[in-house]
Amino acid sequence: MSADVLIEVRGLRSVFGTQVVHDALDLDVHRGEILGVIGGSGAGKSVLLRSIAGLKDPDGGSIRFLGQDTTHLRAEDRRAIDRRFGLMFQDGALFSSLTVLENVELPLVEFHHLPPDLVKDIALLKIALTGLPLDAAAKYPAQLSGGMRKRAGLARALVLDPEILFLDEPTSGLDPVGAAAFDELILTLRNALDLTVFLVTHDLDSLYSLCDRVAVLSDRHVVVADRIAAVENHPDPWIQACFRGPRARGARAHQPAPAAAIAGGNDGNSR
Amino acid sequence: MAQKATVSWIRTNGRATLAMAGDWTLANAQDLAPAVAGAAAMRPGDPCLIDAHRLTALDTTGALLLLRALGDTPPSFSAADVQGMNPANMALLRLVSARHGQLAPARPVHASFVRLLERIGGGIVNAWHQARELLGFVGMMLATLGKVLSGHRRLRLTATVFHMEQTGLDAVPIVTLLSFLVGAVVAFLGATVLRDFGAEVFTVELVSYSFLREFGVLLTAILIAGRSGSAFTAQIGSMKSREELDAIQALGLDPIELLVIPRLLALLVMLPALTFLGMLAGLVGGGLVGVLALDFTPAMFIGRLHEMTELRHFWVGMAKAPVFAFLIAAVGCLEGFKVEGSAESVGRHTTASVVQSIFLVIVFDAAFAIFFMELQV
Repeated sequence: MSADVLIEVRGLRSVFGTQVVHDALDLDVHRGEILGVIGGSGAGKSVLLRSIAGLKDPDGGSIRFLGQDTTHLRAEDRRAIDRRFGLMFQDGALFSSLTVLENVELPLVEFHHLPPDLVKDIALLKIALTGLPLDAAAKYPAQLSGGMRKRAGLARALVLDPEILFLDEPTSGLDPVGAAAFDELILTLRNALDLTVFLVTHDLDSLYSLCDRVAVLSDRHVVVADRIAAVENHPDPWIQACFRGPRARGARAHQPAPAAAIAGGNDGNSR
Repeated sequence: MAQKATVSWIRTNGRATLAMAGDWTLANAQDLAPAVAGAAAMRPGDPCLIDAHRLTALDTTGALLLLRALGDTPPSFSAADVQGMNPANMALLRLVSARHGQLAPARPVHASFVRLLERIGGGIVNAWHQARELLGFVGMMLATLGKVLSGHRRLRLTATVFHMEQTGLDAVPIVTLLSFLVGAVVAFLGATVLRDFGAEVFTVELVSYSFLREFGVLLTAILIAGRSGSAFTAQIGSMKSREELDAIQALGLDPIELLVIPRLLALLVMLPALTFLGMLAGLVGGGLVGVLALDFTPAMFIGRLHEMTELRHFWVGMAKAPVFAFLIAAVGCLEGFKVEGSAESVGRHTTASVVQSIFLVIVFDAAFAIFFMELQV
């Protein structure tokens, strides 16, 4: 195993009833990269993310994190690994009875004994890092727009300074401007916080502008995982349909330069 | 294992230098925070340098603590100010510094007395709003009901029958069992007290009066409020939170006609029916205690019931059932319509629906008691 492989999936098998979602799936996640996972609806992208993040037990195969098999761990060891993972769910999955600030503070309060003012400062810093206006901190999730909920979910995922960040369709449901700002935000955070990002997406723009490598999930396994230029030319029919289709042409034409500036802006105002 | 983090001031060539060492990470923050507070207190007035040669790790929490040690006016973190820090950590430090400058949280905290007044005022305004909303909703229900009955709108017969089964038939076991038990308890209580006066025989009147006039309908209404009123709120509320109600309106349909009227009609039919069953079960419970504990014969119990209890008590009880049914349906459906967005809101309104409908049932029952007393029926 090479030193820079953070997560190593080998022979993963996922079954729901009689339906086989993954079979003999292999995938590596390298340290410091942004890996985009794409595939048709129902191809098992989210199931793969949930399996790696430990939310679903695989029905076969192994998942290794830094060489350690994570599939048969005691609950204590599993939780220790969970704290090194940051997960952002599709709609934020914020706790609806807590304010945004309390949502972000929660992991800090649970796992660390810090003075309250420091906890609050760290949480507010994470909220500011994700580009949310500070008056959003005191609001409840129901009072936020979809884009703001995603940013708040990202702030909570980042609060324990994770090594690897899992994003489940981060740009779905955002307008094009908001989606571009979100892509830029993830790039900035990856560069500044030294993150590894595992990204499940449908958004071709994100793949082109954001991802170092792209893994295509089709026919129950990873067909190819490589730089996007190499993936485009893969002969698999689904890949051809996807990357040679009318939607890909626009995305490829507008490949932006890598963003170095601090992502700012906010998408959508509170309702 | 994380290396212990330390912080100290060094003064060289007249300039102060803040020396950082070890892992400045979240894991060490607990020990580092007091040290940083101490360092901040000893901060010199003039601009200072940062020595990070012995720094082994830095994360956002560490960067935040460094800013705290440097106080309100941090340096620009140029290469000249910070020595021995790798570029990745420098980038992190600049990002945190830029964002930290934006933080200015100062939420106004009112004195507790003002907040008490605020909450009282808010509660009163809220109660007024709720009463007004309920009245408005009752008006809408009556108007739509009128249109349905006069044939201007369709009666959803399938839905009505479905809700009759859910709210009526399925509730028969629990209503009869509870009424039976309460009837037995009332008879027992009455027998114990009345025995001292040698008047056990009046237990029959106690059970029949209380069940025909009050308990039969009250117990049933409270059970149905908890069982079906809450279900109405949860059903309509979850539809509201999934935008199904908007879809109904967008299709040109009327949610009141589609969702509320069937539930209302079902309760209007089934609550009196259940009340009747509840009355019977209560009387049977009381009679059983009479037979087992007071040496009545069943024939004696029924005979005395016939002789002493007038039919009007039954009608007093039954007359209240449709009113309670209307209240429960109105509150249950209205709270469902008030749900906003989240699943948590569904839960909150379901609770509110049960509390309000039971409250209203008991208040109306008290009002009925006074009303019938004045009428002397």
